[in-house]
Amino acid sequence: MNAANHMGFIVASYAAAVVAVSVLIAWVTLDYRAQRRKLADLDMRGVARRSAPARPERAIEQAKEEA
Amino acid sequence: MAIADLANPTRFLKFANRTIPWLGGLTVLVFAYGIDQAMLAPDDYQQGATVKIMFLHVPSAWLGMLGWGVMSVAALGTLVWRHPLADVAAKAAAPIGAAFTLLCLVTGSLWGRPEWGTYWVWDARLTSELVLLLLYLGVIALWRTVEDPSRAARAAAILTLVGAIDLPIIKFSVDWWNTLHQGSSVFRVSGSTIDSSILLPLFIMAAAFTLLFFTLHLAAMRNEILRRRVRTLRLMQASAAS
Repeated sequence: MNAANHMGFIVASYAAAVVAVSVLIAWVTLDYRAQRRKLADLDMRGVARRSAPARPERAIEQAKEEA
Repeated sequence: MAIADLANPTRFLKFANRTIPWLGGLTVLVFAYGIDQAMLAPDDYQQGATVKIMFLHVPSAWLGMLGWGVMSVAALGTLVWRHPLADVAAKAAAPIGAAFTLLCLVTGSLWGRPEWGTYWVWDARLTSELVLLLLYLGVIALWRTVEDPSRAARAAAILTLVGAIDLPIIKFSVDWWNTLHQGSSVFRVSGSTIDSSILLPLFIMAAAFTLLFFTLHLAAMRNEILRRRVRTLRLMQASAAS
């Protein structure tokens, strides 16, 4: 069987695999950044989970207000 | 850290943050070795160089099925044990499994054209694999349609368990029906029909793809936990404002 005749199918298969893996890696990476950005934005606005550790600057502001 | 500790999302995030870089690095190393061995593997005596497509096609097929297997176990976790991370695991696995199933179908078509003279034929193996892709797309659509994650999880879990019937159909389709697709040649009671010079690179590539699957799955689970935190915080913010 002539390999040269079928090289296009082999190259296309490996190209498809590269595209599929690249899309998956880009998806998880960009999604992670987006979620971190949203959480940071909410944190900046003072919205935090009850179990989340208090930010030092927020604790200082709170202490100043109490004083 | 005990396995049971990972049921806590915060501990799971710490575990994921520590594990993902190492798992990713190991994946790259095994892929480099696997691709090297695949390129050095001899041509098949009948198929010639097109056998190199097998190093992508077969692991993709296994991972498409593994993805649904992971989702099925997670579906039991959701419905029976109500495990806090079960539906996170199921939701995260669906797009990854769908991508590998699509890759299996694409590489199979590209392998089929020179070997069978056609890109596609409605035989039992190919059709049941296409059904798996459609099931993946159905579950992804269901997750996107139902806004409440816990309600979506239960509906997706039921669909996943019903869809799991496709896994043995894919596996045994080549035995139950007369198919253009070849019969089992790797895992057989009487041993593999593939020569070790081709079988070994196939197993290395399968290991690399499996590592990639679990790295991506861990990363996608981490994203899903963060997404749910964002949703909870926004709900808290909205209820505080009203």
